[in-house]
Amino acid sequence: MKKIKCALIGSGNIGTDLIYKIQRSPFLEPVWMVGIDPESEGLARARDMGLKTTAEGVDGLLPHVLADNIQIAFDATSAYVHAENSRKLNELGVMMIDLTPAAIGPLCVPPVNLRALADKVEMNVNMISCAGQATIPIVYAISRIQGVAYGEIVASLASKSVGPGTRANLDEFTYTTSNAIQVIGGARKGKALAIINPAEPPMMMRNTISCLTDDEPDQARIIESILQMIGEVQKYVPGYRLVNGPIFEDKKVSVFMEVAGLGDYLPRYAGNLDIMTAAATRTAEMFAEEILAGKIQMKPLELA
Amino acid sequence: MSQIKSLQGRKVIIHDMSLRDGMHAKREQMTIGQMVSVATALDDAGVPMIQVTHGGGLGGNSLQHGFALHSNEEYLQAVVPKLKRAKVSVLLIPGLGTMKELQSAYDCGARSVHVATHCTEADTSPQHIAYARKLGMDTTGFLMMAHLNDPQGLAQQGKLMESYGAQTVYITDSAGYMLPADVKARVAALRTVLKPETEIGFHGHHNMGMGIANSIAAIEEGASRIDASVAGLGAGAGNTPLEVFVAVCERMGIDTGCDLFKLMDLAEDIIVPLMDHMVRVDRASLTMGFAGVYSTFLLHAKRAAERFGVPARDILLELGRKKMIGGQEDMIVDTAMTMAKDRGLLKEVAA
Repeated sequence: MKKIKCALIGSGNIGTDLIYKIQRSPFLEPVWMVGIDPESEGLARARDMGLKTTAEGVDGLLPHVLADNIQIAFDATSAYVHAENSRKLNELGVMMIDLTPAAIGPLCVPPVNLRALADKVEMNVNMISCAGQATIPIVYAISRIQGVAYGEIVASLASKSVGPGTRANLDEFTYTTSNAIQVIGGARKGKALAIINPAEPPMMMRNTISCLTDDEPDQARIIESILQMIGEVQKYVPGYRLVNGPIFEDKKVSVFMEVAGLGDYLPRYAGNLDIMTAAATRTAEMFAEEILAGKIQMKPLELA
Repeated sequence: MSQIKSLQGRKVIIHDMSLRDGMHAKREQMTIGQMVSVATALDDAGVPMIQVTHGGGLGGNSLQHGFALHSNEEYLQAVVPKLKRAKVSVLLIPGLGTMKELQSAYDCGARSVHVATHCTEADTSPQHIAYARKLGMDTTGFLMMAHLNDPQGLAQQGKLMESYGAQTVYITDSAGYMLPADVKARVAALRTVLKPETEIGFHGHHNMGMGIANSIAAIEEGASRIDASVAGLGAGAGNTPLEVFVAVCERMGIDTGCDLFKLMDLAEDIIVPLMDHMVRVDRASLTMGFAGVYSTFLLHAKRAAERFGVPARDILLELGRKKMIGGQEDMIVDTAMTMAKDRGLLKEVAA
């Protein structure tokens, strides 16, 4: 069965976990891993798993893109270098999935708007943040039933699962996720909070979503919508679990979720990282399905 | 063993928390009039630093932490111009407040900041500390729930904050859990690793009745800044009660620069009448001190207890067992709901 060939940029935790998920996909094949440090454990592991590697950054990949028919790339590096990576690969007809906070392309939350993005043949989509992937589906599930004046999400993360990148970018995380709650989630105003908890054993990722509806909430329809949406997310994140709620207090609806990872490369408590890699893989799969069905072409076309 | 150190002549900077931690005790519902009346009285009594924001600090206005009657900017703009000597500070917890909000607070007259992290997560604060220093603010690194890290660990976290630019490092007993020996060990460990010019501060909660004893213990080991609230107005059983602490300092010869009688009057005539509930070591706040649970959880836990029929003490003990920390107020409702389900008091919404 023909598969779309992919490159992974960034040999850290997220890049490595992505290899496992992409290998399991019926539509995707991981061919290249790109890093910048020749001593990197991630590059060594990628080689062991059968990928080609380069420690020369994206420039080390470019000469091989056409020969190896790379059509989709995942960027798990940093916001600062993403724009350059994207420019260089888009020029060769490669579609970029951005797992950094750079967000130069449209924001993507698979069960909400992946279909629409695939129809438009976007060449760069951004996965927002781990908390965004875990909570925006729920905000959307509510706002598609009734007007939501305000949506707030609280992400509790195990200290071990939060790396130096996120710690240095908490403000960016806050603003990117808050904005996405509005733009994708459908709330008129959004707010995102993050708490890092060092408890041992490490806690599972917990997310609480609270929305204020404009009018009296239609409880039955909202509950049905939320449960349906949870089912959609569980298709690509089996560890996405409703712990408590939905519960109503006047016009406030609250939902208490847990995200357990698959334990591929990252431990199960790192559900925050897992939901990012699962969502990114799901996103790539939809584009891959379209390419394989001949519905879209990723090579830069001569426009009439 | 060592002699009891004489603290005669030691200078201590009192940093008032009535209008920030005190906001928690008022469910964030203080009026501008109340803020101004308390702040001007504190200033008049010689209190040199006064913290003014929502209880959760910058960015605190939220469903998670409650919506105050006014924005932080509105409170600051009302209070700052009325003060003759005191400096106004704000609280900033990275992950909740942002640098943009710090800039906004500065523009409204704030000149000091407590940049606060959980006691093991100092590395979430470098940008915010650096930004505060860039603005020329008096900058403190504030290590919360300090009973959850050992003295050596705390010292390393404090050293990190100092390296980011913090001029003062605080040991914060957010749960009111610590006893004087715990405080001494931590302050001493900090004093050993920090530069001599870096000050050390202590922020106490009175959940085990130890606010003042702990503050004195901190001073004995080298702390020069103490957070306190008038009549203890603050989260849980309140903060170290400021006027009582000043009286103890006077007896011991510690120089706070504050007027004891004016502070006593402020407590009796203004603060206590504006309390919505008696701020005291009650069953729930004692539970928090005993179990090491974040003081701000008190009123949330009481509300959840009423809503779901699970006693507040049971909820608080479970939160302590699960090692929940500051900022996780949503987990109070979640925990209460799970306990209610286990007790057959609440049905699942869906199978």
